[in-house]
Amino acid sequence: MTVLIDKNSKIIIQGFTGKMGTFHADEMIKYGSNVVGGVTPGKGGSKHLNLPVFNTVKDAVSETGADASILFVPPAFAADSAMEAADAGIKTCVAIVDGIPSHDMIRIKRYMRRYTKSSKMTLVGPNCAGIISPGKSMLGIMPGHIYKEGRIGIISRSGTLGYEAAQQLKNLSIGVSTSVGIGGDPINGSSFRDIIEKFETDDETDAILMIGEIGGPQEVAAGEFAKENMKKPVIAYIAGLTAPKGRVMGHAGAIVSAYGESAIEKVEILKECGITISKNPSVMGDTVKAVLEKI
Amino acid sequence: MDIHEYQAKKILSDFGVTIPRGGIVYSPENAENKAREIGGSRWVVKAQIHSGARGKAGGIIICDSPLEVAQATDKLLGKKLVTNQTGPEGKIANRIYIEEATDIERELYLGLVFDRSSESIMVVASTEGGMSVEEISKEKPETIIRSKIEVAVGMQSFQARELAFGLGIESDLIRRASDTIIGCYKAFSELDATMVEVNPLVISKQKQILALDCKMSFDNNAMFRRSQVSELRDKTQEDAKEVFASDRGLNYVSLDGNIGNIINGAGLAMASMDMIKLAGGSPANFLDVGGGATPEKIVKAFKLVTMDEKVKVILVNIFAGINRCDWVAEGIVEALKKIEVNVPLVIRLAGTNVEKGNQILKESKINYIEANTLEDAANKAVAALNK
Repeated sequence: MTVLIDKNSKIIIQGFTGKMGTFHADEMIKYGSNVVGGVTPGKGGSKHLNLPVFNTVKDAVSETGADASILFVPPAFAADSAMEAADAGIKTCVAIVDGIPSHDMIRIKRYMRRYTKSSKMTLVGPNCAGIISPGKSMLGIMPGHIYKEGRIGIISRSGTLGYEAAQQLKNLSIGVSTSVGIGGDPINGSSFRDIIEKFETDDETDAILMIGEIGGPQEVAAGEFAKENMKKPVIAYIAGLTAPKGRVMGHAGAIVSAYGESAIEKVEILKECGITISKNPSVMGDTVKAVLEKI
Repeated sequence: MDIHEYQAKKILSDFGVTIPRGGIVYSPENAENKAREIGGSRWVVKAQIHSGARGKAGGIIICDSPLEVAQATDKLLGKKLVTNQTGPEGKIANRIYIEEATDIERELYLGLVFDRSSESIMVVASTEGGMSVEEISKEKPETIIRSKIEVAVGMQSFQARELAFGLGIESDLIRRASDTIIGCYKAFSELDATMVEVNPLVISKQKQILALDCKMSFDNNAMFRRSQVSELRDKTQEDAKEVFASDRGLNYVSLDGNIGNIINGAGLAMASMDMIKLAGGSPANFLDVGGGATPEKIVKAFKLVTMDEKVKVILVNIFAGINRCDWVAEGIVEALKKIEVNVPLVIRLAGTNVEKGNQILKESKINYIEANTLEDAANKAVAALNK
């Protein structure tokens, strides 16, 4: 099993019949993802894209055996939908939506504390591109064809910078086991540390490329985890060397407000943790290649 | 989103925090009357700009008569104040707050923020009010007390009491102090704030606990359910280009350099800025047109970047996914029919249908420099600048 999803993952779309849900469900199906249906409250019993529509996630899970979901609901309703997925027994849920209030994200995470570790859903996002295991399954909105099948794990806050990395790797004939977009918000479902830990135990991944940026403590937390617990090499790039302090750079979470949150400070701390730094964004692929040659 | 001091104080007072009597004015006559209405014998005239450290910039004046209040208001109205938080361009005071002066016995610090590590609300307090929290943590870190609040159940009385005792507040004021702290917490949690800072929180000689100054910021993502808060936005306090951008759904931050950027995705935008810097240039802005990079957004982005007189070169870097490079290229060609660009233009497309996209650009009559990689784009932009 690759990280979070594989060929057998049964996917439902929450917010299935909306414009975004429809478009991306279709893209995922074309890629080969095993989409088994969707949820739109009030439209249960009907068909959409030749797949069943359910009123609740619980109904969808009991009828289809779904274990993964992706949210295309507006920000105001996203917290509710994520908690519904957790309660229905979904294992992996991706929230694509940008614009969920931070207070709502905290609420979701507190709500999920009621589950034991083994029954707890992994929430990825929000404000992210989703997850792809090339050649197996796509639970996201990325252009699937830029990812080559292979053995590098990617974790990225940014969507397009994650694409840039996948493209650079592909140009060097290096493939990806799984790419996980954790999103650009200050409080997210899964952190770098949460996902890097999954890659460490994944037997289809040899090395991990972590693409971080200014703001927040997560890159450093992942670096410290890697130093203590990991055998696989980790390569990192941190965006935002030129970003001014105290300004939000597009992503709600990309703001330097404390020590250790600027790009330079993060790079220094990660180096001390034994992580190989990609000096600039155009050599992410080359840096991974150099590390692979040393293994 | 930031709001003014007087607006933040009004919110605090709605949540049971005591504030000095005061009122907002827009003219010196107004100010004189307001001072008489407030009463007393001393007043503080405070310029309302979205920045701290206003006192050092001359934005706060103490007056002993209503006439002085009028004169001080006249002096401050329309004045540009430059503080260490406004940048060199400063901010203009269009609103003046008149407040009764307070006899201060002690100045304390109280701040509430999101703590991203523990994903909870952190209350930070110190006995050293009047200094910035950065100064306190550098010079008197031992005076800082923190309390992490479990948001699911909210702040408990004992937590507020612990903070109050920790600040050395005398016993008969503890009740009032903890009500004040809980009031600030409630304002934070019930209005989707991201920061509430009362600095200083004072104990007056008359044994009142008062919020003397207050800063608040709110979560932009929550404004859909906070219409009363979003009405407090004062666009005159924001960079004009940033207002233009946010009104059009673009993420824009004005910077000091001269290479204008149009990029899709916040991470890629930051990365491109880094590459420009490495190539020896300096970005004029951060601009994320969104993952989709629709033709409408690209037109708006060109409009915005060409508004900036500092811009001597424009760099477009789009990684097209689902939206395909050919479609993005058509958007760029359309945009350039509507908007005149008089500076060198470097375009780098990547992703889906990149050959087709570059073909469309070549066949159009637009004058541009093609780039293939991030590095190539940054180098060509800097080279174009030096020509």
